[in-house]
Amino acid sequence: MISFVQVSKRFPDGTVAVDGLTLTAPDGAITVLVGPSGCGKTTSLRMVNRLIEPTDGKILIDGVDVAGRPAAELRRSIGYVIQHAGLFPHRTVVDNIATVPVLLGASRRDARNRARELMELVELDPALATRYPHQLSGGQQQRVGVARALAADPPVLLMDEPFSAVDPIVRKNLQEQFLRIQSEVGKTILFVTHDIDEAVKLGDRIAVLREGGILAQYDTPQQLLAHPADEFVENFLGLDRGVRRLSFFSAEAVPLLTEPVVGPGVAPDQTAPWTLHVDADRRPRGWSASGAAEGTDLISIGHTFEPAADSLRAALDAAVLSPTGWAVAVDADGRVVGVASQESIAAAIRSAHDIEALDKSSGRETDGPPTRFADATRPVR
Amino acid sequence: MSIFDLPSYVGSSFPGLIATQLEVSLGAVAAGLVLALPIGQACARWPKLYPPVLSVATVAYSIPSLAFFVLLIAYTGLTETTVLIPLMIYSLVLLIPGVVDGVRAVPPEVRLSADAMGFGPARRYLQVELPIAVPAIMASVRIAAVSSISLMSVGGVIGNYGGFGDLVSWGLHENKIRLIWLAIASLAVLAMLCDGALLLLQRTLTPWSRGRSGRKRAAQ
Repeated sequence: MISFVQVSKRFPDGTVAVDGLTLTAPDGAITVLVGPSGCGKTTSLRMVNRLIEPTDGKILIDGVDVAGRPAAELRRSIGYVIQHAGLFPHRTVVDNIATVPVLLGASRRDARNRARELMELVELDPALATRYPHQLSGGQQQRVGVARALAADPPVLLMDEPFSAVDPIVRKNLQEQFLRIQSEVGKTILFVTHDIDEAVKLGDRIAVLREGGILAQYDTPQQLLAHPADEFVENFLGLDRGVRRLSFFSAEAVPLLTEPVVGPGVAPDQTAPWTLHVDADRRPRGWSASGAAEGTDLISIGHTFEPAADSLRAALDAAVLSPTGWAVAVDADGRVVGVASQESIAAAIRSAHDIEALDKSSGRETDGPPTRFADATRPVR
Repeated sequence: MSIFDLPSYVGSSFPGLIATQLEVSLGAVAAGLVLALPIGQACARWPKLYPPVLSVATVAYSIPSLAFFVLLIAYTGLTETTVLIPLMIYSLVLLIPGVVDGVRAVPPEVRLSADAMGFGPARRYLQVELPIAVPAIMASVRIAAVSSISLMSVGGVIGNYGGFGDLVSWGLHENKIRLIWLAIASLAVLAMLCDGALLLLQRTLTPWSRGRSGRKRAAQ
């Protein structure tokens, strides 16, 4: 548990970077500090491992004031990941990862063995172990950075925009891998980003900071998206916060129609405006309009959603992108289980909001980590 | 008679001249490096210090070596040290910028992550900053070594302390062109061999810098 107690940081030039910050980052969870540049998020992070000393207030890790611990020893017990990874260019990948264990007195052999385990955890090809950082791609370097931070198995991890300097596809992979690793290691993580999408995707709790280092809101992602504390937070969340919030609702409740789905050799049901044709294996082939002549080309279906695993956001996106306005639902194997119209998805969204409101009024709201459903858009298989 | 045989009045054999030449000129560069490391580090840390320090080094470089010798003979007499000290001071004008460039070549995020992982200042310097600075420092050491080998020849004027410079003096004195040519060729070959050896040393010290173009490659 990391607790900020009335922490302020005033730099010698008079700038106030952090102003009376009080928040507690719970154990085993990802707490995201998000905000525009100049909001003091990086300064707040660096005060935890004493790269910067606060002017006022104190920071406790599991109840112990960090100011009372020798800086070097404190830092060896806290993992740290930064934007450009900051790998040592003169050391091989395996020796980069082994750095902190060696500092802590492990033999080079043990430290390297540990480093190889971590390479496996972050899914780095073992053949890269003896390469130098400049021979790696940006995404690979960042994985080495994460492995290096985890090498000494520190209980606390500080991450400062670790995925900001890579392209969007690599970033998405790194984020998903990071969530998977966190589900295995369960570290107490303080994560800084300026990207609200990243904050919502990764955070169990999100602290929104405003210029001048003032905490604007500290909440779970669902609460933040549903009830922004003020205009600043609302603007920061952006115009599509409603759609983004749908990530937290399962698509399972969307009613599915099976009548418009026809297999090979079955005559289309002429009452539905659209018919989805599937092959013998129930994989989608394409749409045809009602009354279309036999043998006309099928209309491509766009992408599908998987009710059991995906969010309402994915279902809505599938419907919006579909040329017919109907989303195709598939099972985990890609077999069609039914179709849903935009109207039925909208109804599912309304009832999800109603249930949430009901839970809230009956005090059944939980404070636990949010359940996330995939927003992933599935390519047609 | 081989071309490497020297007349007895030279007072030294050909291998003997090589030994003196290397000892004094490379000794001067080594001593210069020992001075340049802390000075360069300070200049990189406090950038305001760098221009005045560089001016002083440049002015020192412009002092004629003969004047230096005359000044020093009063303290160090007619010894190799009298030749070594000016050479050491001359090397600073090359070595200090080399050290400054080397220290500046350490990416800020590397320094930050070293701090964040719990390196103390001494360990950070020896294990992170210095190794990363080696390519830039070695580049300046190579130029300093070659220049020192050639500048040392002037030492011949104060006695037998110029290495192959002695041979030039004797060649002029005894009107033996062969000795002068031998001295010039030997110096050139020696300088090239030294440069090659230092390059080899740098490659061995920095296996990581091979095939490295620029600090950052494309992200993917």
